[in-house]
Amino acid sequence: MSGFSRREFLLASGALVVAVSTPAPAALLAADGALVSGALPAPGELDSWLAILPDGSVQACFGKMDMGHALEVSIAQIVAEELDVAVSQVALVMGDTMTTCNQGGASGSTGIALGAKPLRNAAAEARRLLLQAAARSLSADVGELEVREGVVSIRGRSTASVTYAALIGGQRFNAPVEWNKATGNGMDIKVQATPKHPSQYRLVGTSVPRRDVAGKVFGTRDFVTDIRLPGLLHARMIRPPKAGQTIAHVDEASVAALPGVRVVHEQELLAVVAEHEWTAVQAARALAVTWADSTPPTRWPGHEQLHARLRAAPALKREVTLNHGDVEAVFATATRVIEAEYDWPLQSHASMGPACAVADVRADQATVWTGSQKPHAVRDGVAKLLALPPERVRAVWVMGPGSYGRNDAGDAAMDAAWLSGRLGHPVRVQGTRWEGTAWDPKGPACAHRARAALDASGNVIAYDFTARGLSRVGVMFHEADPRDTLTGMALGMPLNSDLGLGAPAESYGFAAKRLAWEVVAPLQERYSPLRTSHLRDPLGPEVHFGSEQFIDELAAAAHQDPVEFRLRYLTAPRDLAVVRAAAERAGWTPHAGPRRERGPGDVLKGRGISFAQRSDTTVAVIAEVEVSPSTGRIWARRFVVAHDCGLVINPRGLTQTIEGNIVQGLSRTLFEEVHFDAEQVLSVDWASYPILELADAPETVDVVLINPTQAPPSGAGEPTMRCVPAAVANAFYDATGVRLRRAPFTAARVKAALKTHA
Amino acid sequence: MPTVRFQLDGAPVSVDVAPDTPLLYVLREQLGLSNPHFGCGLAQCGACTVHLDGEPLRACVAPAASVEGHAVTTLRGLGSPEHPHPVQQAWLEEQVPQCGYCVNGWLMTAAALLKHQPKATDAELRQGLAGLKCRCGTHLSILRAIKRAQLMINGGAST
Ligand code: FES
Ligand code: FES
Repeated sequence: MSGFSRREFLLASGALVVAVSTPAPAALLAADGALVSGALPAPGELDSWLAILPDGSVQACFGKMDMGHALEVSIAQIVAEELDVAVSQVALVMGDTMTTCNQGGASGSTGIALGAKPLRNAAAEARRLLLQAAARSLSADVGELEVREGVVSIRGRSTASVTYAALIGGQRFNAPVEWNKATGNGMDIKVQATPKHPSQYRLVGTSVPRRDVAGKVFGTRDFVTDIRLPGLLHARMIRPPKAGQTIAHVDEASVAALPGVRVVHEQELLAVVAEHEWTAVQAARALAVTWADSTPPTRWPGHEQLHARLRAAPALKREVTLNHGDVEAVFATATRVIEAEYDWPLQSHASMGPACAVADVRADQATVWTGSQKPHAVRDGVAKLLALPPERVRAVWVMGPGSYGRNDAGDAAMDAAWLSGRLGHPVRVQGTRWEGTAWDPKGPACAHRARAALDASGNVIAYDFTARGLSRVGVMFHEADPRDTLTGMALGMPLNSDLGLGAPAESYGFAAKRLAWEVVAPLQERYSPLRTSHLRDPLGPEVHFGSEQFIDELAAAAHQDPVEFRLRYLTAPRDLAVVRAAAERAGWTPHAGPRRERGPGDVLKGRGISFAQRSDTTVAVIAEVEVSPSTGRIWARRFVVAHDCGLVINPRGLTQTIEGNIVQGLSRTLFEEVHFDAEQVLSVDWASYPILELADAPETVDVVLINPTQAPPSGAGEPTMRCVPAAVANAFYDATGVRLRRAPFTAARVKAALKTHA
Repeated sequence: MPTVRFQLDGAPVSVDVAPDTPLLYVLREQLGLSNPHFGCGLAQCGACTVHLDGEPLRACVAPAASVEGHAVTTLRGLGSPEHPHPVQQAWLEEQVPQCGYCVNGWLMTAAALLKHQPKATDAELRQGLAGLKCRCGTHLSILRAIKRAQLMINGGAST
């Protein structure tokens, strides 16, 4: 691929897309990939959101990211719906901070729930203004007009018509909209027009095919790894091999024999740079560095002792998220108290490719190409790092390996910007597999405790769940501040870590109930490969692995069927509906306690249910598993998912998003745990950090989409994932009568658990 | 620097390169191809897969010199939007990719597998495609797509 992808610029260069007065012509942009306009799009102008081009096509500027979940086409459907054009007429511009407002990037499954709001309003407002203009042009009343595929005509007289393109094509609307002054996920605008009522929808709710697939299947679209610029230098970062080590000495002579290699070293930031990529790889391997232990030496507990440490460590922060009734007093009256602890491991984003970023930093401006799911955060972080105003920094998202939250992409972007500024050349930073697995921010490990009080008839009279673990924001879940990146930490910037976790999201109506979370200190404060942050559905699988397994334990203790038990205590109607829908689709047979159904050979079969809310979305998952006691293998052969995320925009895209949640969630449940000893991360590649492969994929994921058109869309990118671990654990219990209270359920752990209970 | 000569997607190429340079870097940097991806550099994921004389080869660990005189096919040579390989067509129809970074490995490996075992069963597919990663978890779509490709290859005869 020669030079910067022209497609990106052609898309971004529509005549009235940006809020600058005269956007540079496409040819100039393509010739100079680092061009920065010096002005940010203003959310309070309609032209920042939408443009009608001379050919009648529509450009919609979206400040979030489609990571392959059919979000792009869904947004296009919503815009086309409001404007009365064909979906194929709408092109989305996204991921470029010069042409899109900061809607927060990919974040919290809000792509449609929040991300679509301003564009829906902008499209409705554009239609209103266009109809006004058409009424003048056709000498008619607005009320007499109708629109089809961007052609406005007088109802019943299709010969009297005018196109959107003729009305405005290539010109600006120059119309203000009322921005709510929020930046990020909450950004919205108010307009005079009223968007359509869902009962009028004809495009929303249909499975329009995605438009990003062909480029991925034929390899005709660039990934961030494919960006090339004239004079580009290839960099590899050098990280300390052991916990807390610092650089004592760098022997530059060790790479002198390699052509054109430069060593860049400042404080703990160390990189090798070369004209050819393979030379950079060789230099990174050859560079002789003397490392010094910290004083005292940093010592981690090791993954086997991690949960004991999590339990014993003092809580740095405790938050009670729900406290209902006098929990302690009711426990004192209990006939029976059930208690359990649940341990979730540290997990890696382990993206399919380690992070890559390209930066071109000039004296007074910078451009960064990144796979980060939050390019606006990259812009802000790079601006702070280089002391440039944000409008002089342009971050361009180019599709990269899936990021699933705060992976390593932001670190690479920051490193590339720093190196490019220092070297005066465009720089491409490519991580190694070791960095992608061992050095990405980790999903936090947890050690939860749960207890419940039962009365003599088996009713739950008090419930107390405390989630406990490493912070979900040990580093922030975006890179808008260099202090939250490896770059900033290596350069000695003050730390910016925060304390946060999360509690179960459900509606069980126990008379006395307390939900709380507690955070303990990180394993290493600074420049740590075990720093923690958001991993897809942050705290969802971690917490509900415990809470939804505990609900099952209570059902068993009360000799009740797990589905009926949930139906008895859940209070929110939509929660009840998904549990019922999943049970019905699965053909659930009520049963109390484990059934230990026999399959072929030594196989035991079981079914388990799990349920959770996430924002306004609610999901129930039923897993059907086959357990082989001799091999320790769990095959989760079939899943049933009942999913209510409000109004459905694109059913097929939604269904595949749910499937992906199930499979990635299953991988995390069965296989994934970051191993480490006292001083090294031992999970460094796919052999030492295995994930699910095709052999272990389910046969079927049967999805029931509940589509309450009166409820606004509430997000589907993550909610299903949180149900998977407990559904599998509960199914395992049904098959074997044994509880798996520590994830992942590796073959060795399964065998050990069955042996203990044999 | 020695010259390595081979066929690339049907056309002869020659590159001056240190013979132990992995083929992946030669394809991506010297020859400007982007479809074989760097995923691990350790032959553990498949993202870099090309065909060497029709058989899957992990370009990240294959020295450039090892392809001297051979035919290398990349995704670009496997098929195009105008003339898609059945696996590409099926991947498109099933909307398989999420991020898409793994797709090259699956398509190149699946195309070779189906050449030898056009009627591979579900179990054979699950086994035959071991060692390929998809971090996004598109495995259900992948299985659907391969079965769709089998229908195309086997002339609609289901197995
Ligand atoms: S990059 Fe070659 S197998 Fe992973
Ligand atoms: S689609 Fe993202 S890794 Fe497979």
